[in-house]
Amino acid sequence: MTAKVVTITSGKGGVGKTTAVANIAVALASRGQKVVCIDGDIGLRNLDVVMGLENRIVYDLVDVVEGRCRLRQAMIHDKRLPELYLIPAAQTRDKSAVSPSDMVRLCDELRPECDWILIDSPAGIERGFRNAIAPADKVLVMTNPEVSAVRDADRVVGLLDAEEKGPASLIINRLNPAMVKRGDMLSVEDVLDLLAIELIGIVPEDENVLVASNRGTPLALDGKSRAGQAFQNIARRLMGESVPFLDLETHNLLQRIFAGRK
Amino acid sequence: MSPLFGRRRSASSAKERLQLVLIHDRTDLTPAELDILKDDLIATISRHVEIEPSAVEIRVAQEGRSQRLVADIPLRSNARRRTH
Ligand SMILES: Nc1ncnc2c1ncn2[C@@H]1O[C@H](COP(=O)(O)OP(=O)(O)OP(=O)(O)O)[C@@H](O)[C@H]1O
Ligand SMILES: [Mg+2]
Repeated sequence: MTAKVVTITSGKGGVGKTTAVANIAVALASRGQKVVCIDGDIGLRNLDVVMGLENRIVYDLVDVVEGRCRLRQAMIHDKRLPELYLIPAAQTRDKSAVSPSDMVRLCDELRPECDWILIDSPAGIERGFRNAIAPADKVLVMTNPEVSAVRDADRVVGLLDAEEKGPASLIINRLNPAMVKRGDMLSVEDVLDLLAIELIGIVPEDENVLVASNRGTPLALDGKSRAGQAFQNIARRLMGESVPFLDLETHNLLQRIFAGRK
Repeated sequence: MSPLFGRRRSASSAKERLQLVLIHDRTDLTPAELDILKDDLIATISRHVEIEPSAVEIRVAQEGRSQRLVADIPLRSNARRRTH
């Protein structure tokens, strides 16, 4: 095995990176892949709660980097799937406890042992972002169909090109098809025109995302919700399958036709 | 009729505003700096050929993620100047 290292980043905070890492990891692992997630948001640990693994943390990323434990000891096994692991972030330290070369070394050690390493990047373009992208083979930039998120995504795409980590692929999260339809939300085409990068996923706005994070059971585990399906599709595209994009507009139209018949 | 009939939809303002913001973010060129550049360009070119300053058009065009400065500078006909 030689893992592919995939980092999810965004520039702007709160666009859904942590949610995406948890769900794409679950989706990959449910397809028989061995996946290790790394929470790169040191000081603002979140991936553990979104995955529902917060009660099982003993060691964290900084413990590994500072030699207080072995890599294996910091890997928490998610027992819902045969081969899904999380290396949590440290909560009481800051980003400077880890350097980009620490991340490269750690991923090099992990690479022979799994298929995928997914890194959850913190928001921003500072140290935490640099740490998260340093070992990446592929970077996924996430945005929402909204002015400031798209602007920040563009900045990050530019930085990734400059660091020779490009070309990045784009995930558009929280798309609301009804708002797009009435002209009050940027469409997928608008965002692609503006950012001019390859699209790898469109995730609709979905209440189930919050329900799932309340419970600590990522949506993609059952795969029935629209958002869960969208994350499954991203995992399949990462694995090289060509999967058509969810036709959110059509879905919406069908819903309206059925609603009209009642 | 929709109460919003005739009003511009917000998504198209979002897109237009982003188009301008991204050009400036990517190139470090503000609209004010672009005006100064235009004046400089007109002054320089005028030392060599006769042009109509008000007809000069300068804009930043996009091709994928790269931008290019496009200048359209109509020259004045030389029929009048060079007859003597
Ligand atoms: N597709 C979606 N539909 C509805 N809610 C969503 C969706 N994606 C994310 N959210 C919600 O948005 C919030 C922020 O998500 P998340 O924590 O994953 O973002 P983040 O980019 O990791 O934030 P940060 O930059 O702070 O790390 C959460 O409350 C999450 O439940
Ligand atoms: Mg996060």
